[in-house]
Amino acid sequence: MNGAHDMGGSHGFGPVVAEENEPVFHARWEARALALTLAAGVGGRWNIDMSRFAREDTAPADYMSRSYYETWLYGLEKLIVQQGMVRSQEVADALDGGSFEPVAEPRLTAERVEVAMTAGPTNRIDIDVSPTYTVGQTVRARASAPRGHTRLPRYARGHVGVIDRDHGVFPFPDTNAHGAGPKPQHVYSVRFDAAELWGADGQGGSVYVDLWDDHLEPAS
Amino acid sequence: MGHDHHDHDHPESSELSEIELRVRSLESLLTEKGYVDAAALDELIEMYEHKVGPRNGAQVVARSWNDPEFREWLLADATAAIASLGFTGRQGEDMIALENTDDVHNMVVCTLCSCYPWPVLGLPPVWYKSAPYRSRAVVEPRTVLAEFGTHLGDDVEIRVWDSTAELRYLVVPERPAGTDGWSEEQLAAIVTRNSMIGTEVVSVP
Repeated sequence: MNGAHDMGGSHGFGPVVAEENEPVFHARWEARALALTLAAGVGGRWNIDMSRFAREDTAPADYMSRSYYETWLYGLEKLIVQQGMVRSQEVADALDGGSFEPVAEPRLTAERVEVAMTAGPTNRIDIDVSPTYTVGQTVRARASAPRGHTRLPRYARGHVGVIDRDHGVFPFPDTNAHGAGPKPQHVYSVRFDAAELWGADGQGGSVYVDLWDDHLEPAS
Repeated sequence: MGHDHHDHDHPESSELSEIELRVRSLESLLTEKGYVDAAALDELIEMYEHKVGPRNGAQVVARSWNDPEFREWLLADATAAIASLGFTGRQGEDMIALENTDDVHNMVVCTLCSCYPWPVLGLPPVWYKSAPYRSRAVVEPRTVLAEFGTHLGDDVEIRVWDSTAELRYLVVPERPAGTDGWSEEQLAAIVTRNSMIGTEVVSVP
């Protein structure tokens, strides 16, 4: 979707401000929001593309006004309803201090945390899908304006780049985010000249964007 | 968390901000329903607050500076090389190492969200997730680098990597002059988080 999250090349946000000796979390609720999201999603309740879409599918003014962990929290509220774990009325009831009967067993226990977080398998899909493009080939990122999730950023659409490397076969976010299947296909690092993307307003060099077969078309 | 109950009509909400209340309510909902174990939350927080962080990545970089075979492995198969030092898992399942040289400077961004290599760098700092960095790193990398005090010559090629897929990128900064004969531990101590994102270079303090 052409949401506020797709920020590459936007102007007006001011300088990058780095905090000295920044703590990992700035408040305990941030830590709880992160941990809740990780714990609730264990066992494949949703995939990473679904969680990204839950966060980005937000009115631009809301997206821009929320901190990172606020965005995670609101995303989690959506995900647990979408996946049928709770009803939206129960989210509201919880805010009013309601109590709830157990309906499930936790899929992540304290003893399992370290293994669950460190033994995550590759995201690659081990099936034989032919690549559409080869390293060195010139390609164009497709012009598009999908209402759903995509990992093809706006700034790259319609522009010509070169396949720099083939990362192998991965699920396709544009379908995977919507429960329409992983549609396994190759992901490439595509190199775009800064001048191709930004014209004379660029600062030289290149931008490498990881894109899927379905995001690309032959350029010649 | 300890709470003093000043307001007897609203003992909880009186001391909590709206967002704190929201998180606490959601935690109650998910734990009471049995989806989430509160002790697992504590353990997750302990892990990402104290165990996983940029010291891991610094160890990878230091090893690559002292061990040419490891460096070659890291650049060819970063996932396996990094795993050999014990750093694996969530948000680092498929790693790519990018080598900074005299001629090429790599820097990493996620313009669409906040993708970041957790096993080697921990959770991302606020600036990495912020609109200024996400918007500007791809279009004006030299200006952004200058804001970090990093000034590169015009002859240095800048490569910006937008983490739009499930590959996670670790920049291997250049080893600074004056560190010949240093041990891995000494070297790791001077490798900064930002140098492994690519917004700084490593210097001898």
